Amino acid sequence: MKILVCISNVPDTTSKISFTDNNTKLNTSGIQYIIGPYDEYALSRAIELKEAAGGTVTVLNVGEADTEPTIRKALAIGADDAIRINAFPKDAFYVASQIAAVVKSENYDLILMGRESIDYNSGLVHGIVGELLGIPSVSPVMKLDIEGGKAIMSREIEGGKEIVEAQLPLVAGCQEPIAEWKIPNMRGIMSARTKPLKVVEPTDVADNVKLLNYELPAPKGACKMIDASTPEKLFDLLKNEAKVL
Amino acid sequence: MSVLVFVEGAGGEIKKSSLEAVGYASALAKKINTQAVALVIGNYSDDQISSLGKFGASKVLSCKNDKLSQPLPMPYASAIAEAAKKENADTIILSRSSVVDAIASRLALKLGAGIVTNVVDLPDLSSGFKVKKSIYTGKAFAFYDLTSAKKVITISKNAYSAVEGSGSATVEAFDPQLSDSDFKVQIKETQKATGDVLLTEADIVVSGGRGLKGPENWNLVIDLAKALGAATGCSKPVSDLDWRPHHEHVGQTGVKVSPNLYIALGISGAIQHLAGVNSSKVIVVVNKDPEAPFFKAADYGIVGDVFEVVPKLIEAAKALK
Repeated sequence: MKILVCISNVPDTTSKISFTDNNTKLNTSGIQYIIGPYDEYALSRAIELKEAAGGTVTVLNVGEADTEPTIRKALAIGADDAIRINAFPKDAFYVASQIAAVVKSENYDLILMGRESIDYNSGLVHGIVGELLGIPSVSPVMKLDIEGGKAIMSREIEGGKEIVEAQLPLVAGCQEPIAEWKIPNMRGIMSARTKPLKVVEPTDVADNVKLLNYELPAPKGACKMIDASTPEKLFDLLKNEAKVL
Repeated sequence: MSVLVFVEGAGGEIKKSSLEAVGYASALAKKINTQAVALVIGNYSDDQISSLGKFGASKVLSCKNDKLSQPLPMPYASAIAEAAKKENADTIILSRSSVVDAIASRLALKLGAGIVTNVVDLPDLSSGFKVKKSIYTGKAFAFYDLTSAKKVITISKNAYSAVEGSGSATVEAFDPQLSDSDFKVQIKETQKATGDVLLTEADIVVSGGRGLKGPENWNLVIDLAKALGAATGCSKPVSDLDWRPHHEHVGQTGVKVSPNLYIALGISGAIQHLAGVNSSKVIVVVNKDPEAPFFKAADYGIVGDVFEVVPKLIEAAKALK
């Protein structure tokens, strides 16, 4: 089976977010970039599927040259080869269009990615890729098995889950607990250096949204402490001061 | 021209977040001098359907096609796109949910529309169509201009208050053309938690962490939630340890919530947990460690042992009624 895993290159979850250039650019100083956590779950499941039934796992990232350390980490975790589409990921439609263009020439059985990236949190790429390619997409997928050319999945719904089935090829937006999180070992790290990483130039995509600028939320006031011996006072405050009861 | 709003239900009831979306669509429609049309898919009572008028819809398209009894993204996107064309809608509003992500992405493509998700405020129409979106899991906002003629927006829960008024809506049956290719994904089984307040829809959420020491003590979380009419959640370690089911895990990689009130019991407040709750209106933290990072993000805090504090809170919450 031929599996493509699309990964995002995002600031570590613990990053402090701030902006520069009159709130038009992310301040990248001190930020460490990682594989999007949901994407890493997708990658881990792809590797488990390959280990169980054979095949190949290719990772794809839409990003400029500075994303290559993140791509190499995905190779160290166990992907066989990688594609970097040499472009800044402007928005979900742009990224999905680049992914679809690659898939059209390569015919993957399974395209996995996270349910959303943790920077822009849009949650759209899987659906747009599916629609562009005319194939099903399912998200958020918490369990995925392949049986007889079909994907059997468990999808999260509000307050429960659904077991769904679809023929391959298929796009899945993944989340935990779809796979065991994998940590690269020394052998993986060494072999990642020599695994193929192909750089592809992007295709033209028309813009229909334009990012203008950023803003930080208003700073939070101090926490009001209530004595543990009289916790019931909390409800007076919630009722009369915060007005949420 | 009109504004179309997709109305989603859960457990036979129209979701509160969908009523917020109807209110949002109505406010936007007023700004551009047009009407809000609600599309409701599913078997809802006449009262539920016509009540959408009270939240600002001028017209309701009611679709009761049995093939759409389950919220499958592909046929739903086709149905909403058809309704948008029929109503000559330039802007389509949806309330964000796990299902809506998959619907909205396909819908935007079908309509050739620009799309922005997680929108937290009404658009600024003074120059273009400027929307404010939550990014970095609530740590920042981005402003976008939607430059396309057709626009799809998904709004965050609690981004807009649903206010019930006295308006009324005309109701029209709607039966979209669906093709077999829309049904490439099949639902084999649905497993729903019953009897609980839906976590993502709840006004109040009570969550527990490792400070509860074990699943046998969860009655403290459940009883406080019951007394407040709240949903229950938990931290990631708790669901990893199988003390509670995964769908209760609140946080960066779990469920993100934005209730009016979030009460955290015995949760220290790792940044990944905060990412799932930081858009809550008011946060209360009960933890015996005064240095717990959660206190920095909280509005109200109690430094104390959950086993001593929570029973008193349960009694006080019961007395509120």
